[in-house]
Amino acid sequence: MDGIHDMGGMDGFGKVEPEVNEPVFHAPWEGRMMAMQRAMGFAGAWHIDHARFAQERLPPHVYLTASYYERWMLAMETNVTERGFVFPDELAVGRALRPGKPLPRKLTPDVVAQGMTRSTFFRQQQGPAIFKIGDGVRTKNNHPSSHTRLPRYARGKHGTIALVHGCHMYPDSVASDNGDDPQWLYTVVFDGVELWGQDADPTTKISIDAFEPYLEAV
Amino acid sequence: MADHEHDHEHSSELTETQLRVRALETILTEKGYIDPAAIDAIVETYETKVGPRNGALVVARAWTDSLFKSMLLADATKAIGTLGHVSRVGDHLIAVENTPKLHNIIVCTLCSCYPWEVLGLPPVWYKSAPYRSRAVKDPRGVLADFGVALDRDAEIRVWDSTAETRFMVLPMRPAGTEGWSEERLADLVTRDSMIGTGFPKMPEETA
Repeated sequence: MDGIHDMGGMDGFGKVEPEVNEPVFHAPWEGRMMAMQRAMGFAGAWHIDHARFAQERLPPHVYLTASYYERWMLAMETNVTERGFVFPDELAVGRALRPGKPLPRKLTPDVVAQGMTRSTFFRQQQGPAIFKIGDGVRTKNNHPSSHTRLPRYARGKHGTIALVHGCHMYPDSVASDNGDDPQWLYTVVFDGVELWGQDADPTTKISIDAFEPYLEAV
Repeated sequence: MADHEHDHEHSSELTETQLRVRALETILTEKGYIDPAAIDAIVETYETKVGPRNGALVVARAWTDSLFKSMLLADATKAIGTLGHVSRVGDHLIAVENTPKLHNIIVCTLCSCYPWEVLGLPPVWYKSAPYRSRAVKDPRGVLADFGVALDRDAEIRVWDSTAETRFMVLPMRPAGTEGWSEERLADLVTRDSMIGTGFPKMPEETA
């Protein structure tokens, strides 16, 4: 979706301001929030792209004023209720009013180490890769209202295949609850001038990782 | 509700956010979805174990072992798996090498993708609108915000982490470090040098 999360190339947000000696968490609730998301993901309650899509659907003014982990909280409230794990009356009173639904597994202390390693996103290929390293491609100029990982600044642009990563689960399908739909994944590199026009810095190249359905041959 | 969590926050004036996060933890625990002891363990791991030191050890090894370096650049997940002192990382990690003519920068314009297993959790600036919006369009301007200036003719390569691939930068080894041990070299490797918004420290910057 063409949401506020898709920020690449926007002006007006000001300077980057690094914080000296930044703590891992700025308040204990941030750590709880991060770890709960991790635990629900491990349990198989939803996929990372569901978490992303729930954030992307936040109204722009909410997205921009909420802190990072506040967005995680808002997204988790969306996912637990939309998927029937928690009901709004339970969120309102702050406790469970019904038993939980079964989940494939549970993150317990004995499997935390295993749960901390990212799971693989490789999936069985459904066909051979269309593109190879060095091929010229053009990204499609699609604007789906659902979740996608092709940023606006890189739509309808000419680039070159730089890396072939194998077949991965396809976020556009996963976030729409249509299954893994494995797709070939490529790093596509663009000249700065192709993305940002003739006044762009000619020494800059930018790459995205693009799934095969985002690309067409040129 | 996990009683131990109350111990962290005694204030009677909890913010709405604190209350809502607490409500989530209570409900998810009561319904049997999560185990608060595992939540504790995850928080502790990120606060004490998983951080940029892991990545720094990987860089230091690459600086001292050319075979490891070529393995790292070919398949970072597999190469790091051969190091006993850095925990295993998941699939899809890619290391990209800085040279005098090429400077790499990592960003996630869409949110916050970051190589957690080698760098820990990302700093706030990495997840912020200024960095996400400008890194792909004005990388030299972003570097200037960090006090970093590159040669005008050096190529800048920005890697936007738009899928489950994760990137880390292999920075250039500082001059004057010949014969240094991996441990000493690792002390020079900053988090930002592995994102591409900084350089390793110079030898004279360490005690």
